[in-house]
Amino acid sequence: MIEVISTDRCIRCDICERICPAFVFDRDETGLPVIARQDDCQTCFLCEIYCPTDALYVAEDAHGPTGISEAEVVERGLFGTYARSLGWSRGRAGGAQNDPTRHIRVAQV
Amino acid sequence: MASRRKAQPEKDGRLIETDVLVVGGGPSAAWAALSAAETGVRVVLVDKGYHGTSGATAPSNTGTWCVPPGEGRAASVEQRFKRTAGLADRRWMLRAADQAYENLLKLVEWGYPFPSEEDGSLYIANLRGPDYMRFVRQRVQKAGVTILDHHPILELLGDDNHIGGAAGLVRRSGASFRVSAGAVVLATGGCAFFERILGGTGLTGDGSLFAAEAGASLSGMEFTGKYTLSPHGSSLNKGLPFRWATFYRENGEVLRNAHGDPVTNGIGGGERQVAEALLTGPVYARLDLAEPAMQDWLRRGQPNCFQPYDRMGINPFEQRFRVELKYEGTVRGTGGIRIVSSDCGTGVAGLYVAGDAASRENVTGGISGGGAINASWAIASGWWAGHGAAHHARRRQSRDAARLQPLGTAGLRGSGKRDDVDLAATAQAVHDEIVPLDKSYWRTAAALESSRRTLDDIWSRLGQTGPATGIERLRARELASVTANARWTVAAALLRTESRGVHRRRDFPGEDDAQASRITVSGLGKVTAAREILALETAREG
Repeated sequence: MIEVISTDRCIRCDICERICPAFVFDRDETGLPVIARQDDCQTCFLCEIYCPTDALYVAEDAHGPTGISEAEVVERGLFGTYARSLGWSRGRAGGAQNDPTRHIRVAQV
Repeated sequence: MASRRKAQPEKDGRLIETDVLVVGGGPSAAWAALSAAETGVRVVLVDKGYHGTSGATAPSNTGTWCVPPGEGRAASVEQRFKRTAGLADRRWMLRAADQAYENLLKLVEWGYPFPSEEDGSLYIANLRGPDYMRFVRQRVQKAGVTILDHHPILELLGDDNHIGGAAGLVRRSGASFRVSAGAVVLATGGCAFFERILGGTGLTGDGSLFAAEAGASLSGMEFTGKYTLSPHGSSLNKGLPFRWATFYRENGEVLRNAHGDPVTNGIGGGERQVAEALLTGPVYARLDLAEPAMQDWLRRGQPNCFQPYDRMGINPFEQRFRVELKYEGTVRGTGGIRIVSSDCGTGVAGLYVAGDAASRENVTGGISGGGAINASWAIASGWWAGHGAAHHARRRQSRDAARLQPLGTAGLRGSGKRDDVDLAATAQAVHDEIVPLDKSYWRTAAALESSRRTLDDIWSRLGQTGPATGIERLRARELASVTANARWTVAAALLRTESRGVHRRRDFPGEDDAQASRITVSGLGKVTAAREILALETAREG
């Protein structure tokens, strides 16, 4: 579930709060997102790819927080990994035209 | 500069007037809204989450059932029909293939970035969830549809003869709002029974509860024995990579079938053995049958599937990892609101249904429509329901919002005799009656009867709880909805004393030709299950 919001990277744009399908975020008086309803997170990783500055990190466990720190996320280069693998960048969609899934579907049968 | 949320106090009791109200935010909601708007009527789409990210499609990468017109289409229907456990309808399959293909071509025309084949032609048989849903949201906006995000509907509104709107709440403020509409499309998705699957949080089967409260019935609720492999503890119920997996016991021993061969293909023949093995202990997998080219395609084509591994810091092609079977209820299972007309009407005037909220038996029978069929069904049924609702709204000239009565029951209008119902604990209890492998992968009369008693008791307690208030109304209604869906599932599963499709009875392992008909369920206080053929005969006699 969502675990890390980087206050350094975040530009207080309100996108994560708006697009989260599970309504997990609130914002504090400075506009910084706050993980207000963490247990509602559906671990869909979509807030990460909509974030224009790769400021969010969703850990892999869907049932509870893993306790990962921002320092570890930085050290392991995990900010923005899903966006990059899709071809999304700075919160903008991209890369669908390069999806090689058709090869998988042919081989699957 | 930081953009601050506008401090707008949400007025309680706001009334919105429209022609067609679409409830939901996934692909079927989008197609229903586009279809209705195309006819020139006013359309409002209300989503519990955010239209563009909510639902099971947005975080996924889905194939479509994409069959070009021509000779091959009838053959494709015929081939597919053979796998539907005898309960699909060829006419519906054909028209779904036709409508879905036509709408996929609309996506091409609108500029959706489909990948190209080697010969330069576009490959339209696959849609990447985040891109697809973001793209259709923009189309829906462009079509002039009013989108209300984070506005969950709590109940339908109706007069004596018609459904005339819905009432809900604003998540940010907890304030109430009402929509007066000429017709309503329920595109609320399936029911994930509180299982933490990708996109599943909002999938609490709300549409089925609303429809049942309005007098509609459901069908195919026993075809809910659907699970998909996932890395243990993750949300990634995406089976495709497991096509290339080998499975292992905890001690590293390879899992073998009755012939002594290694169990492979976790999305096909191997699934049942993996499920059996999971009853006795942990199971591990390694995607070791994927050649380097396939590894590359999987990584680039299914990047969501690799998020858990990358974050755990393991290489799934080389290292073993623990797996589980995630329950998928009516999301990849097949049951839902019963459709009674070609425009996806529910039999209740003014109420239409699309996507996973509807029973998909017409196109997939008693098996899972997960992936391709459900994606095409969402496109086609959304289109038909949108048209059906728009035409109904046009025919209804005089409407009086003041005459609309709220139709909601449990969670909204309890008697208040009890105040000891803990919503979270009760949600867990309902989940535990349906989700475990020995409850829904394999069913027995004894386990089903026990679940029936527990769930009936929970339903009756919910009815005696005082009405929830503010934002808590959403939780209360979601719990009521999942409980109702669980009770319908159990009732249908008890009546089907055979194994067919994704309904597996340990006590009736074979298919019984005499039971090759659909089962409908209805009712809230008292749940009734009936075989469709008998129901028809009774209607004729009556």
